[in-house]
Amino acid sequence: MKVLVPVKRVLDYNLKVRVKPDGSGVDLSNLKMSINPFCEIAIEEAVRMKEGGGGHAKDSATEVVAVSIGPDQAQETLRNALAIGADRGILVKADGEVEPLAVAKILKAVIEAEKPDLVILGKQAIDDDNNATAQMLAALLNWPQATFASKIVLAGSKATVTREVDGGLQTLDVDLPAIISTDLRLNEPRYASLPNIMKAKKKPIDAKTPADYGVDITPRLKVTKTAEPGKRQAGIKVKTTAELVGKLKEAGVI
Amino acid sequence: MAVLVIAEHDNASVKDATNKVVTAAKAMGGDVDVLVAGSNAGGAAAAAAKIDGVRKVLHADGATLAKQMAEPLEALIVPLAANYDAILFPASTTGKNAAPRVAAKLDVMQVSGVIGVEGPDTFVRPIYAGNAIITVQDSQPKKVLVVQPTAFKAAGNGGSASVEMTAAPAGPFKSAFVSEEMAKSDRPELTAAKRIVSGGRALGSSEEFHKVLEPLADKLGAAVGASRAAVDAGYAPNDYQVGQTGKVVAPELYVAIGISGAIQHLAGMKDSKVIVAINKDEDAPIFQVADYGLVADYKTAVPELMEELTKAGV
Ligand SMILES: Cc1cc2nc3c(=O)[nH]c(=O)nc-3n(C[C@H](O)[C@H](O)[C@H](O)COP(=O)(O)OP(=O)(O)OC[C@H]3O[C@@H](n4cnc5c(N)ncnc54)[C@H](O)[C@@H]3O)c2cc1C
Ligand SMILES: Cc1cc2nc3c(=O)[nH]c(=O)nc-3n(C[C@H](O)[C@H](O)[C@H](O)COP(=O)(O)OP(=O)(O)OC[C@H]3O[C@@H](n4cnc5c(N)ncnc54)[C@H](O)[C@@H]3O)c2cc1C
Repeated sequence: MKVLVPVKRVLDYNLKVRVKPDGSGVDLSNLKMSINPFCEIAIEEAVRMKEGGGGHAKDSATEVVAVSIGPDQAQETLRNALAIGADRGILVKADGEVEPLAVAKILKAVIEAEKPDLVILGKQAIDDDNNATAQMLAALLNWPQATFASKIVLAGSKATVTREVDGGLQTLDVDLPAIISTDLRLNEPRYASLPNIMKAKKKPIDAKTPADYGVDITPRLKVTKTAEPGKRQAGIKVKTTAELVGKLKEAGVI
Repeated sequence: MAVLVIAEHDNASVKDATNKVVTAAKAMGGDVDVLVAGSNAGGAAAAAAKIDGVRKVLHADGATLAKQMAEPLEALIVPLAANYDAILFPASTTGKNAAPRVAAKLDVMQVSGVIGVEGPDTFVRPIYAGNAIITVQDSQPKKVLVVQPTAFKAAGNGGSASVEMTAAPAGPFKSAFVSEEMAKSDRPELTAAKRIVSGGRALGSSEEFHKVLEPLADKLGAAVGASRAAVDAGYAPNDYQVGQTGKVVAPELYVAIGISGAIQHLAGMKDSKVIVAINKDEDAPIFQVADYGLVADYKTAVPELMEELTKAGV
């Protein structure tokens, strides 16, 4: 079974973004970029399918291919995925804004060329927080989807997936090929070892462009303004629980 | 202009999120219809018909819609889209699961996480865990929006719209429901609750989490929430997670106990009206957003707070 994992380069989750004073966007200059945490979970799951572990038999996956759509530096994100254990990478070079719909169209074309049996994506990228790409891709391919996965069990031509939903957990069967998106509790990604980081440098990365796939990436949405969120007024420290209850009464919330 | 709102419901009745998305739809101008897609969902359809400002309710009923899965919802909604200029989903797991599928089939880029409607084609949404707020202009002829219900006031229930049946999709589909494990609770639902008591890693165990937080929640008539750390550690079910990648809540009162206040957590609760933080570390970032901070060990502070509430007649 071949598994394809799209990975996105995003602002490191530890960092807080700054809005440009002129409201034209966010300032990412000189800030550390990392692999989107949900994509890291997706790669980890695919690699476990290959190596065995996390409930998967060894060789459940025969090949793991990582794909990223982004600027030249998205190579680093792919190397990161290769260091965790993906076999090879594909970089579809695109500078500037690529909306999930365009990302999904590019991924559809990559999938038609690569013919994977399973595609695992992150449920959301922590920069734009769209939570859309996996579902869009599934629709474009007419494939079934299991989003927000916290457990994946492969069984022949099906996958049984447990999903984190409002109210609890839902389990479904999807026929392969299928699209799965990861939630936080699917696994805990490993730290790549130094030898694996070195090995990853030698793994192949194919370079492509959206034009190679005939996809128009012109954004559909126009961002007219980027603003700082409204600041909360500074609060106060109370000394005792009695004082706290008094304040809550005053505020009319109890 | 005509807008279709996809109802959030449990077949018996509609969730408050539906009323809130109707408010967002009304702000776009034009007629607002509501789709209730379910199985034996007559109760929900009747409830949707009462929402103020709704022109009509479309009711699709059938076994394929029992679990409101993405594939059948796509099959149902895409053809209906021909009659509408915009389709609005609530930002529930059901809505987030289905909306992009519908959007992609219509060749539309959706606007996710909408917290403001400034006109028929101008929407406001947070990015980067709410650390930047963007205004988006959507000039596509058809629009698909996922609306954050907590950002809108609920429309009232004084209406009497007509209910029209529409056929449920037949299938077959390539995904099948197997089972579900839903947390049972008599407490209010997290996203609709007026008060929330939320616990973090500090609670240390599942037992302690429930023992400490539940009596306080019950006293306040509050829902119980948790940080990701508490959920990952198994103190609380996944459904409790508040934050950027969990639930977004905006109650009147949010009490954070033993939660440090990481940006991912703040993204889910910083629009609460009043925030209380109990944390033993006076430098914890949660105090930067708290209206009332108490630097204390929860082990002594929570029982004391219970007593004080009792004294105050709560
Ligand atoms: C330099 C730059 C600046 C941008 N500025 C803006 C801006 O100001 N405003 C704006 O709205 N958008 C902007 N974008 C566009 C934004 O990055 C796209 O919306 C994004 O590619 C897809 O949205 P998402 O990541 O939120 O998707 P989600 O649906 O949240 O992503 C889910 C999953 O899809 C996969 N995926 C998503 N994108 C990629 C990718 N590029 N490559 C491989 N896999 C992927 C991953 O597995 C990811 O976990 C910018 C993009 C770039 C590169
Ligand atoms: C991709 C991604 C997505 C994420 N999404 C979310 C999300 O949606 N929601 C979320 O919450 N987090 C999320 N996180 C995790 C987030 O970064 C933090 O790790 C998490 O919120 C920390 O939880 P906590 O505050 O309970 O734990 P900690 O940060 O460990 O804080 C515990 C706090 O308890 C205090 N404490 C300890 N003992 C006591 C005591 N006896 N009495 C009082 N106080 C005490 C400590 O001073 C400390 O401040 C995400 C992270 C990533 C990478």
